[in-house]
Amino acid sequence: MLMRNLTRAALATTGIVVILAGAASAQDKVKLTFLFDNAPSTVAMAEALATAFEAKNPNIEIETESRPGGADGDNLIKTRLATSEMSDVFLYNSGSLFQAINPTQNLVDLSAEPFQANVIDSFKTVVTGTDGKVYGAPIGTAMGGGIFYNIPIYKELGLTPPKSWAEFMANNEKIKAAGKTAVIQTFGATWTSQLFVLGDFYNVLAADPNFATDYTAGKAKYASTPAALKGFERQEEVFKAGLLNEDFAAATFEDGVTKVATGEGAHYPMLSFAVANIKELAPENINDVGFFAIPGDDAAKNGLTTWMPAGLYIPKTTKHEAEAKQFIAFVASVEGCDIQTQSAGATGPYLVKGCTLPADVPPAVADLLPYFQEGGHSAPALEFLSPIKGPALEQITVEVGSGIRDAASGAALYDEDVKKQAQQLGLPGW
Amino acid sequence: MRHAQRYIFGGIAIAASVVVFLVPFAFIILTAVKDRRQAATRSFDWPTSWHFWDNLVEVVRTQDFMLVTAFVNSIILTVASVTLLVVLGAMVGFVLQRRPSRWTPIVNFLVLAGLIIPPAVVPTIWVLQSVGLFKTLHGMILIEVAYGLSFTILLFRAFVATIPRELDEAAIIDGAGPLRLFFQVVLPLLKPVVVTVIVVQSVAIFNDFTNPLYYLPGKQNVTVQLTLFNFQGQFNTSLHLLFMNILLITIPPLIVYLFFNRQIVAGMTAGAVKG
Amino acid sequence: MAVAVAEGSVPIAKARRRSRTAGLYPSWFYLPAAIIFAVLFMLPTFASLFFSLTRWTLQKADFIGLENFAQFFREPFLFQGLINTLIYGVVTSGLKVVLGMLLALLLTSDIFGRGYLRAVVFFPVLVSTVGVGITFTAMMHPTQGLINETLASIGIKGPGWLTDPRFALYSVALVDVWKGVGLATVIYIAGIVSIPLEYYEAAKIDGATAWQRFWTVTLPLVQPATATVVILSFIGGLRSFDLIWAMTKGGPGFTSDVIASVIYKQYQAGFYGLSTAGNVVLFVMVALIIVPLSLFLNRQEVDR
Repeated sequence: MLMRNLTRAALATTGIVVILAGAASAQDKVKLTFLFDNAPSTVAMAEALATAFEAKNPNIEIETESRPGGADGDNLIKTRLATSEMSDVFLYNSGSLFQAINPTQNLVDLSAEPFQANVIDSFKTVVTGTDGKVYGAPIGTAMGGGIFYNIPIYKELGLTPPKSWAEFMANNEKIKAAGKTAVIQTFGATWTSQLFVLGDFYNVLAADPNFATDYTAGKAKYASTPAALKGFERQEEVFKAGLLNEDFAAATFEDGVTKVATGEGAHYPMLSFAVANIKELAPENINDVGFFAIPGDDAAKNGLTTWMPAGLYIPKTTKHEAEAKQFIAFVASVEGCDIQTQSAGATGPYLVKGCTLPADVPPAVADLLPYFQEGGHSAPALEFLSPIKGPALEQITVEVGSGIRDAASGAALYDEDVKKQAQQLGLPGW
Repeated sequence: MRHAQRYIFGGIAIAASVVVFLVPFAFIILTAVKDRRQAATRSFDWPTSWHFWDNLVEVVRTQDFMLVTAFVNSIILTVASVTLLVVLGAMVGFVLQRRPSRWTPIVNFLVLAGLIIPPAVVPTIWVLQSVGLFKTLHGMILIEVAYGLSFTILLFRAFVATIPRELDEAAIIDGAGPLRLFFQVVLPLLKPVVVTVIVVQSVAIFNDFTNPLYYLPGKQNVTVQLTLFNFQGQFNTSLHLLFMNILLITIPPLIVYLFFNRQIVAGMTAGAVKG
Repeated sequence: MAVAVAEGSVPIAKARRRSRTAGLYPSWFYLPAAIIFAVLFMLPTFASLFFSLTRWTLQKADFIGLENFAQFFREPFLFQGLINTLIYGVVTSGLKVVLGMLLALLLTSDIFGRGYLRAVVFFPVLVSTVGVGITFTAMMHPTQGLINETLASIGIKGPGWLTDPRFALYSVALVDVWKGVGLATVIYIAGIVSIPLEYYEAAKIDGATAWQRFWTVTLPLVQPATATVVILSFIGGLRSFDLIWAMTKGGPGFTSDVIASVIYKQYQAGFYGLSTAGNVVLFVMVALIIVPLSLFLNRQEVDR
């Protein structure tokens, strides 16, 4: 009897303690806000990371918020930073778009954070401000800008992935002769039109190693540098050769991904992250898609233009800097990488030391990885070597790619656009 | 003969209206009840399977019931701004028409300016911030009032001219002050044009996309038009959900219209076009 | 209402009565509206005049004189944008006047199904611009869209309504008319309904045909409604942005850009000073067109 009473009392006390503890933690709970773009793979990844982090840190609650991508998103980020309304942690591009949000004024310096020791240096350079301080940590994987191809079509016609532009065009002719769409373009989503120009940068650098520096200094121009002009010319060439899908002017990114996966078209120039979208939109065809770099003139100098993943940043206006740093450190850890792989799939190499990919990656990713490995040939896209990227490129490439404007005048127009951006950034020499 | 003509023209007009006006709405409704794959083909055909309820639930539940929050916000925003617009706009329209003074040309000029000048977005954010109203529903309400005032004042001023001044004078004799005169005598007489203002402005404000996008950022502040973003991403568009969302957010303006349908033309007749 | 824009001359007799009743119409009635308008509209507008002369990052503004305006006019696509804006304004307001009046005549006649027709014409006014844009973008898809599939079924290969540079702007303008004609029609119905019947009866007695009655009675007497429709839809057309953005984003390329979309793109890109300068340019352009136009339309009415 006594025993039972005691037990009951003990239980009751424990109950009270538990309740008290609960009350205390609810009171002390810090609420972090976390902003990211609304691409389904990002949303899945970000929410999985937030949930896992909350489980490990019961005193922190993360409120997630998604935003539009593309130019609308750029605008929203700039406005919210400028008006001190930014979330405690936000995801945004690295490279030139990162430079355009004025990091030295707006962001918290993360150079001295212990987790930076595990971040690969090549990423640090693309989230470093003009003052030499590191402001971000990587989320997601590195990517390549190249061409997805449909493996069954290649097998059927006995083709091999091209190493030079001439081989690529020869393949295209054979595909066209077989009555198929050789190249898919999707100008319904204008941003997808930039690949022939941006993804050709490895070849630009191969021909002119100083292009990025001269371009930043205002000395090298697209219109007057033959190697750089080539990207525009090739886009024009592909259009003029009549290789495109009938609905190229209206098709969207999802259409493009689906077409290349299901064999409605043979080639789709795109960033390699689209593997995640193939998995989502045409899961049964994920093994039918391969990937190669945009070829240049010389087959011997073949290599890939690469993109760094987005970064996580903390605005100076945050009230929870310590907790925000804790969250970022969690994302940029091996555990963080594994959660990303589980939630969004493996699309390329991570930029955190010790992170690994599962053995059974899709063929497109398997094609991508050798470029990154030691002895592989790759170079970062221009937006990671120079802070200047003109905002109107996607409209210009749509015009060049649909025959509204010729390559030379497109390149000249882009030079004007770049000049505006350089002046806005206040760079010397413009 | 005339009788036949009435039916012939009516028949032609109805047939044309079906093609021009009803087909797009049928397209919205049909797409809204399809599954993802069929909707993605953009075809105008009968749904192979019906997903009205599934799509509805998915749209409502997306992002922690964002649509519900959005409806609450949009309704508060619309009701509050339209109420303020009616009262403040009528006050200005009344005095403006009744008592010409040295202010009159200035007010007329400002009203016209308000109609013509495109709002300067960034400086407005800058101002809202300095008065602590950025990102608040109050601030957004005042913005909608500021942007809608010109049109409202024009409507009211034109209509006040049709109310005989003798009424005002009778009110003085009764010992009424300006507030009583305005709220008890004039405002009730303005009813037809009030209806017009309510319909036109509430539809405009409820359907406003651009202004909330800039002045009311943040998940908890979302308004209905911004929920369309949920289904139209850079990498991913779900047409079936997008159209279900369009369908759902068209219902409130439709109710306003059905409610005031008969009075709209009356209000326009009485106020708008008499000058 | 547009009519009232230039109204300001006051009969003298009324002015004399003013002193007796002035207390009934206190100036402070202006005050609440004036404060909101001044703080949230006028102040930003004046600030924009200053910021348009700067290179502005939102945090700091460097004064650069008229450089933004020079740059804005150097925009290679701006000239096309100016032309497009005019085309868009003229096409949309012109069609709204003509179609609005025709529909109003039809809907004030003793036509079968009048109630239904009035409702259905007004219906698009209720749907959000973005919703309309998304719907028509899907229907105007060059290969899968309803319009071209229908044309294909009768053997016509439809154009890329929104993807062919020759058609894109006009396609959007047509959708704008589709959405806005209901309001124009209601305004015209109101105008026609308020014409006293005696005029028509007198004309009939004089032996006027239906056409003559339209020409000599209806048309002159709905002039106030015409003025309203022209002014409102012209201002709307020149400033139009939502629909163009929802449907083509100014594309393909820059071919359907209007001033408002050029401004928006500069803004999006973070060229805040440049964008604000564009705002000033648009404002001046609208004012240069609308003010003389409204004066002209009002004089017409006085002449009547």
